[in-house]
Amino acid sequence: MDIWTLFQSIWTIIVMILFVSIVVWAYSSKRKSAFYDAAHLPIDDDDSVGTTVKEKHHV
Amino acid sequence: MAETATSTVGTDTYNYKVVRQFAIMAIIWGIVGMTVGVYIAAELAWPWLNFDIPYLTFSRLRPLHTNAVIFAFGGSALFATSYYVVQRTCHVRLISDKLAAFTFWGWQLVIVLAAITLPQGFTSTKEYAELEWPIDLLMAVVWIAYAIVFFGTIAKRRVSHIYVANWFYGAFIITIAILHIFNSLAIPVSMWKSYSAYAGVQDAMVQWWYGHNAVGFFLTAGFLGMMYYFVPKQAQRPVYSYRLSIVHFWALIFTYIWAGPHHLHYTALPDWTQSLGMVMSLILLAPSWGGMINGIMTLSGAWEKLRSDPILRFMIVAISFYGMSTFEGPMMAIKTVNALSHYTDWTIGHVHSGALGWVAMITMGSLYYLIPRLFGRELYSIKLVEVHFWTATIGVVLYITAMWVSGIMQGLMWRAVNPDGTLTYSFVESVQAMHPYYVTRWLGGVLFLAGMLIMAYNILKTVTSPQVAEINDTIPAPALAH
Repeated sequence: MDIWTLFQSIWTIIVMILFVSIVVWAYSSKRKSAFYDAAHLPIDDDDSVGTTVKEKHHV
Repeated sequence: MAETATSTVGTDTYNYKVVRQFAIMAIIWGIVGMTVGVYIAAELAWPWLNFDIPYLTFSRLRPLHTNAVIFAFGGSALFATSYYVVQRTCHVRLISDKLAAFTFWGWQLVIVLAAITLPQGFTSTKEYAELEWPIDLLMAVVWIAYAIVFFGTIAKRRVSHIYVANWFYGAFIITIAILHIFNSLAIPVSMWKSYSAYAGVQDAMVQWWYGHNAVGFFLTAGFLGMMYYFVPKQAQRPVYSYRLSIVHFWALIFTYIWAGPHHLHYTALPDWTQSLGMVMSLILLAPSWGGMINGIMTLSGAWEKLRSDPILRFMIVAISFYGMSTFEGPMMAIKTVNALSHYTDWTIGHVHSGALGWVAMITMGSLYYLIPRLFGRELYSIKLVEVHFWTATIGVVLYITAMWVSGIMQGLMWRAVNPDGTLTYSFVESVQAMHPYYVTRWLGGVLFLAGMLIMAYNILKTVTSPQVAEINDTIPAPALAH
């Protein structure tokens, strides 16, 4: 087994561990409230147009 | 100095100008790109339509169509929405108005140059990367400027968390930069002629590493960014599962990049590479469907909104098409299925179920949401959005069903053999058999384009309405930790 093949195998394992860690992290109960806030981030931001309607004259 | 400058007038609002520009151009380029698409669809049904004029031949207009719908329409929509989302979720104005304006004008210049050079036959012949080297260079510069604006804005954000939509937009920007630069490496021999830096099967592999990830990152990750922001906004509900969105993101990132070889089944590409591409394409079903479920389930408990809100319906139907085409894709990547489907119209049907059903419809929904807010005006007509929705949906369905039937028929006719081993059908017999489906596909395209024209009229009436309301572009004061 040459060094490159070995590197590829190690890399595959590292990436797999990394991915599984991300899944575990994402589903850990500690993150629950932080993710609740994160999910509400766009909704709590008011980007609606105002209700005060005025006539624009120069258009 | 710098401390006080941030609170002066002009910097305490979001940059809506560049978002408006890109949003309007998305609609205009959508009409242009789809018109060319309808025209070349008509050429396939009635070949005399090229009038023997070289500039109007299918071979030259087809790359114009694909470049216009992907990069001009899709690209402008992605610029517009990413600039809007990154500002609104980071509570900060774009890092540089000048650089943002440069990305707008630079991108428009790329599009205009494409529209001039492609009909003249200047092409690198790489699918979805046909533009010649001077335009490739310009594109790279504009794209790097885009990355600076986007990531610079994220860097100076006033909200500690980076919302998931920005992760998808960010991955799309980085990956497209890498793909574009490496796939376009070429040796120029004159102003409008270059040769690829790669040769033979390596060239083919680099091309489809680019090509499939253009689908995966340009047409998927970028538009998923749209989904993760605009679906919750329009439904006024948080995304179904934020955890799933994180797993969705990383699963997509880890797997998409390997799927390219499925474009080269049964070619000179080594068998193991083909099989790897097939397996990775099958794995892709999981993150794709995870994302689809996350998008659709955002409406969980509020399904009645679909009945009354055609904008939300655009989005949800788009996600449904995303689910459909990401099921179809892995299936077509299986080598035995691919043996039947490859080089047939089935591929074109598959691409359009993704491009029209997913990409265009999520864009339309997002633009209907965005434009009234950008221009401080009520949408002119919800009724017309409804008409647009049905016109577009019927158009897509006609298009893809015609291509399924035509493609499978084509595949079966090509592989049919007589008992003595000779081919049952000549190639031209299969071409003749496709005619009615080509007419149906053209009709589907006409409907889809008609929907786009209805949208343009609706948006024109919206942005020129004399009834102006207050635009909500003020950046909120930094939120205290709670």
